[in-house]
Amino acid sequence: MTRPTPETLAHRANPATVAAANPAPAVASPVPTSGAGALVRSLEALGVEVVFGIPGGAILPAYDPLYDSKVRHILVRHEQGAGHAATGYAQATGRVGVCIATSGPGATNLVTPIADAYMDSVPMVAITGQVARPSIGTDAFQEADIQGITLPITKHNFLVQTPEELPRILAEAFHLAATGRPGPVLVDIPKDVLQLPTTFTWPPVLDLPGYRPTLHPHGKQIREAARLIAAAKRPVLYVGGGVLKAGATDGLRKLAELTGIPVVTTLMALGAFPDSHPQHLGMPGMHGTVPAVYALQKSDLLITLGARFDDRVTGKLDSFAPDAKVVHADIDPAEIGKNRHADVPIVGDARHVIDELIAAVTTSAGGIAQYESWWAALNELRERYPLGYDEPTDGTLAPQYVIERIGELVGPEAIYVAGVGQHQMWASQFIKYEQPGTWLNSGGAGTMGYAVPAAMGAKVGRPDTAVWAIDGDGCFQMTNQELATCALEGIPVKIAVINNGNLGMVRQWQTLFYDGRYSNTELGTHKHRIPDFVKLAEALGCIGLRCESKDDVDKIIKQAMEINDAPVVIDFTVGKDAMVWPMVAAGTSNDEIMFARDVRPSFEEDDL
Amino acid sequence: MNKHTLSVLVENKPGVLARVSGLFSRRSFNIDSLAVGETENPDVSRITIVVNADSSPLEQVTKQLNKLVNVLKIVELDPQQSVQRELLLVKVRADRAQRSQVLETVELFRAKVIDVAPDTLTIEATGNPDKLDALLRDLEPYGIKEMVQSGLVAIGRGSRSITTGPALRAA
Repeated sequence: MTRPTPETLAHRANPATVAAANPAPAVASPVPTSGAGALVRSLEALGVEVVFGIPGGAILPAYDPLYDSKVRHILVRHEQGAGHAATGYAQATGRVGVCIATSGPGATNLVTPIADAYMDSVPMVAITGQVARPSIGTDAFQEADIQGITLPITKHNFLVQTPEELPRILAEAFHLAATGRPGPVLVDIPKDVLQLPTTFTWPPVLDLPGYRPTLHPHGKQIREAARLIAAAKRPVLYVGGGVLKAGATDGLRKLAELTGIPVVTTLMALGAFPDSHPQHLGMPGMHGTVPAVYALQKSDLLITLGARFDDRVTGKLDSFAPDAKVVHADIDPAEIGKNRHADVPIVGDARHVIDELIAAVTTSAGGIAQYESWWAALNELRERYPLGYDEPTDGTLAPQYVIERIGELVGPEAIYVAGVGQHQMWASQFIKYEQPGTWLNSGGAGTMGYAVPAAMGAKVGRPDTAVWAIDGDGCFQMTNQELATCALEGIPVKIAVINNGNLGMVRQWQTLFYDGRYSNTELGTHKHRIPDFVKLAEALGCIGLRCESKDDVDKIIKQAMEINDAPVVIDFTVGKDAMVWPMVAAGTSNDEIMFARDVRPSFEEDDL
Repeated sequence: MNKHTLSVLVENKPGVLARVSGLFSRRSFNIDSLAVGETENPDVSRITIVVNADSSPLEQVTKQLNKLVNVLKIVELDPQQSVQRELLLVKVRADRAQRSQVLETVELFRAKVIDVAPDTLTIEATGNPDKLDALLRDLEPYGIKEMVQSGLVAIGRGSRSITTGPALRAA
C-alpha cells in the first residue's frame, strides 16, 4: 500500500516547478460534500493549478464546485484542444496535465490527444463525465464506453463506481500518470456518482498492488554495461525522451564528457543534450543528420538511454546498426528487446541508470582521446554533410530560412512547439535546442493539429517563457479554434504558420514516390488564400501578420516578439517545393540515406 | 512455434479480462485457450492462457501483460512440472444398437455419462488436451451432435504455490 508521493503530486522532471505543488494538508476528519465536491477537492489536494475542459450534461455537477475552486479552469473550444493543451502543459512543466470533458462526444474528442500522450509517454489525467450508472449500457443520450474505447491508449483507466472511491482513484490516476513510464490515465465518472452525497478525507491510501515500476537498475547489469563501454571502439549514446522525463540531462552531459562518446538525440529528446555541444551529432532517423545516422550504422556499441528503437529511427530494422552490441536502459521492461535484441538490458529510471553508469565508468573513462579514429571519421562526415538547404530558384521564401531565423532571433530560452510534417522536421533541424523542455512535438502519434493547443498549454504552464508554435497550413487548420481561447484567457502564444499552400510532407512523398502526382495535397491557402490566415487570426482575437519575402522575415519576427498582450499569428508564405533532407525513405535501410535528392553520401569503408 | 501455458494472477475487478484479452488481439498474439476463475483469495482471479508463440514474442506478451496495472503476477507453467486439465461435455448419437459400444469407450477413458436420451448420451470427461482429443476421435464414428469444451486450467506439481508473494498479500 502506498501513499501519494511528492512525485505523484508534481513530477520530478523540472525541479523548479515541484515547489509549486505543495502537498496538501491532510483532511483527517471526514468533510461532508458531494461526489463532485470530492473530485474538485481531490484536484486541489493533488496540487493541480489548471485544468483544460468543456462542460456538458454528464460532467455538469463537477463544474459547480469548480466555479469556487482555486483550480483554474480554461474553457477551450474543442475537447481535442483540452487534451493537447494538457500535454503541452505537462511537457513544458514536467507536471501532470489535466483535461476534462463530458460524456459521449466530449469524451471521444479526447481520444486523439490521449493516444498522442500515450505514444509520447506524457503524464496526463483525463476526467470524463459518464451517464448515470443505471443508464450505462442502454445507449443513453451522449453515452460512449470511453473506458473501453481508451483501453489500448491509456496507461490505465477507471470507471468510478461510488463517490467514496473518488479521492483514492484520483490519487491513483495521478500516481500512475506521473511515475514509472509516464502516460495518460482516464477517470470516467458517472453523473449520479458526482451528485451523490459523500465525505472527503485526504490523503487516501493507494491500492495498486500490481504496479511496481523499477527505478533502480541492477548493479550487475550496470557493471556489464561498463565493461562493454570500456571495450567499445565506436560507441554511441543513443538518447531518447526518457532522459528528459527522468530529469537526467545533467547526468547525461557528465557521462558524455567523462567518456568522450558521441551523442545522438531522437526527435523526442531534443534539448536533452545541447545542440551546440561538440559531442552532439544531431538527430538520428528518417530525417536525421548524416553523421548521426551513420554513427548508429557503424557503431559497435549503442548505449541506449530511454529510447525505443522506433521505426523512424531504425529504418529497416534488420539492417539497423548491424555491428553494434546494445545496452538498452529503459524504465519500461517491455521496450527492452521489443524491436532490437539487447545484449545488456537495464530496467530503471534514466537518472539512476546514468548516475550509476557514471560511477561504473569513472575508473576506465579516457575521454574523447580514447576514440580518436572514431571521432575523426564522424567529424569528417559532419564537415562533408552538414544540415543545410538550397535557396529556392523560383524566388519564393525558403521555409527553412524562416524557421532558422525564428530560432536565432527568439533564442534557446524559448519553447518551440511543432505540428507534424515538413515544418516539424525543419524545426527539429534548424532551431538549436540547448535546454530540456524547450522542444515539444507529437513524435510517436504524429498528430497534425497538435501545435496550437499544445503551445497554449505550454504557455499556461510557463507564462514567463516565450512560446512559439511552428505550424503548417494544414495542421493549423485542424485546431486553430483554440486561438480564441488564447485571446480570451490571456495566453499570448506566437504561431508561425509555415504556409506552403500544401500538405507539404505528403506532397514531398508524392514528388519522390508517386511521380509527382499531387493527389489531394493542394490546400488552396496560396492559390485562393482560403482561409486568409491574417483575417482568421484577427477574427479569433489575435494579431495577424504576413511575411512573403526574405527581406521582411527578421522584421516581422521582431515585430511579433514585441507583442505580449495578445496571441500573434504570422502567415509565412513560403515556396511549396522545398523538401526535407536528409531522408531515409520509409522501409529502407539507414544505409540508403539520401543527403539530397539523388545524392547519396559516399562512405569509404576505411573512413569508419 | 510452441505452446506455452501462462498463469496470470489478476485483481478480481470488473473489466480485467477485457484488458487481458484486448492486449492479446491488439498486439497480434494468438490465444489457443483461456480460462478464468477465482482463487483461494477472493480478491485475486487466475487466468490460464495457452498461447502459441516463439520464445521472443512470448517474452513480449509477458512483459506487456505485466504492464497492466491489474495484473499481479505471471508464471509460465512447464508442462512437465504441472498438471493441465480441460473439461469436455459431448452429446453423442447412441441408439440401442450403439449404446453399449459408446459406454465401453466412456469406461475406457474414465469419462462419465451425465445425461441420457433415447437416442443420445451426454458424456463428461476431463483430462489433458491429448486425452480429450483421443476420446473425441473414438466417439466420432457414432456421430457427435454437440460438444463444448472449457479452456485449459493448470497448476504446478509439488507443494510450492504461485499465489503467495508480496504482491498477492497486498491484494
